[in-house]
Amino acid sequence: MESKLSRNLYSFSYFLWIVIFVILPILLIVYYSLFDIEGNFSFVNYQKFFTAVYLKMTLSSFWYAFLITVITFLIAYPTAYLLTKTKHKQFWLLLIIVPSWINLLLKAYAFLGIFGTYGVANSFLKIIGMGEQQILFTDFSFVFVSVYIFIPFMILPIFNSLNELNPTLLDAARDLGASAWTAFYRVIFPLTIDGVKSGWQVTFIPALSLFMLTRLIAGNKVITLGTAIEQQFLVTQDWGMGSTIAVFLILIMILFMFLTNTRKRGV
Amino acid sequence: MKKLLQFFLTIVIVSAALLMVNANLNSSQGYSGGNTLTVYNWGDYIDPDLIKKFEKETGIKVIYETFDSNEAMMTKIEQGGTNYDIAIPSDYTIVKMVKKGLLVPLDHSKLPNLVHIDQRFMDLSFDPGNKYSMPYFWGTAGIVYNPKMLGGKKITSWNDLWDPDLKNQILLVDSAREVIGMGLNSLGYSLNDTNKQHLLAAKKKLDSLMPNVKAIVGDEIKILLANEEAAVGFTWSGEASETISNNEDLDYVVPKEGSNVWFDNMVIPKTVKNIGGAHKFINFMLDPKNAAKNAEYVGYSTPNKKALSYMPKDVVKDKRFYPAPELTDKLEVYEDLGKKNIAYFNELFLEFKMHQD
Repeated sequence: MESKLSRNLYSFSYFLWIVIFVILPILLIVYYSLFDIEGNFSFVNYQKFFTAVYLKMTLSSFWYAFLITVITFLIAYPTAYLLTKTKHKQFWLLLIIVPSWINLLLKAYAFLGIFGTYGVANSFLKIIGMGEQQILFTDFSFVFVSVYIFIPFMILPIFNSLNELNPTLLDAARDLGASAWTAFYRVIFPLTIDGVKSGWQVTFIPALSLFMLTRLIAGNKVITLGTAIEQQFLVTQDWGMGSTIAVFLILIMILFMFLTNTRKRGV
Repeated sequence: MKKLLQFFLTIVIVSAALLMVNANLNSSQGYSGGNTLTVYNWGDYIDPDLIKKFEKETGIKVIYETFDSNEAMMTKIEQGGTNYDIAIPSDYTIVKMVKKGLLVPLDHSKLPNLVHIDQRFMDLSFDPGNKYSMPYFWGTAGIVYNPKMLGGKKITSWNDLWDPDLKNQILLVDSAREVIGMGLNSLGYSLNDTNKQHLLAAKKKLDSLMPNVKAIVGDEIKILLANEEAAVGFTWSGEASETISNNEDLDYVVPKEGSNVWFDNMVIPKTVKNIGGAHKFINFMLDPKNAAKNAEYVGYSTPNKKALSYMPKDVVKDKRFYPAPELTDKLEVYEDLGKKNIAYFNELFLEFKMHQD
């Protein structure tokens, strides 16, 4: 029997967690953002954020995160759908998940080798007659590697919601005269929209603050908000400006969560 | 549910067992009590055999930790909660650390080996009288390039980098001070110039270099240059000698307009727990034979005069890595420009990185 007391106790640990690890850190970030580099209280960081450099950076972070999310989604949805149709689906799913256990840095270094001027990718291009191309340090390589990294995170929630889908619903739709396409976008897709939303969230939000790949794979030809935060904290040691960028990053994330959560369910 | 519980229980038991094994190992190797020395150094910046030798000679166990920037190291020492006995900061960081009272003065009577140090590297502006620091390594900043990939072309100055033939061939390091400094040097200004007009001019000049810049990277620059991913790269002398040993075609040059000369010195931070051991360690590293062994492993230039006689002639005679005093006198040591100026350097650097051609 659950008493009120034990329920309160349970929720107490939850609230303690939220306060210590979510609310306090965010308040701390907001607090730090209100100090300039010499430790004086000021709004100079916010002024600085609304200059061309940072606005451009915000836009480009947003654009790359969006691009990465869309491409990841376009690959992940059909893959997840096919997975649910296979015989040993848990096994195939595992094969896709396993690479995400490998350290990100290790994978990034592997891509340095693959995409290099004398790497495997270029040898292949030469064989098919396209000649040597610069792949490393381009927008393309950055988006490609990011998509590769996020695919498992997008597939998982979509796979789960597709897997829970009652197959008889599809049969019913077809019996009632829906074409395969209509059945997909009137029945399957709306019923798996929750999985899609969480897939978008787990891809878009981390993609927004990617920083290591921008240097390793894009050679700093792509600058994101994450890169700027890292620089401000570790190199410039301007914690105020770093926190200010972080505040805006958090705002964008909240906005995105809000947008993906309140859309009306179904069609 | 039962399975899940079993799973968690297994994890808890395994972790507890590992912790116990670790504690046992530590105490059996002497990593307990006051008999340890924590050394905080740059990554890959000491011959590991020397640590073993030091442990054997003194019976002190060394705990070795690494950092990758002066700023990160200083932050960790400043915030406390650490017990580093030795740290190895660069010149301008020593000034900052002294100002903030983060260093313990050295007892020169406990460092008899300091007589072996070349006088040229003692009593430098960042630490008059070597009150707080002893030289560890020194070197220059310059350009590594591949003459073969450039059709035999030679690079001798910063301004050579603006050659249109070098389109998409240059790798820079992801560091504001170095890249903006390069721009300043190419215009004939000092590396420590903080005049806004000069800095803006340097930034503008760097923007016009962008078409030649292939990427702005970190430590990977060594691998990328050795693999001939690009023909030219900015780097430091020791990194250059390591890169050259991986690809014999490469060459290193200190540009004629001037560049940076730097000194990494051993210091005792205020977080010290074993001050006797720390002095023993510094004295051990100043021993000519040890310094020679270390220099051969690390590849940077040793300030130890006596050590040079224990090293291969062709290394010591190599003017690229052991430039004469007349040449190094023309090079500049970084000064501590203050937080505000450094922030401005970084702001310009960020704008430069965002500048798309």
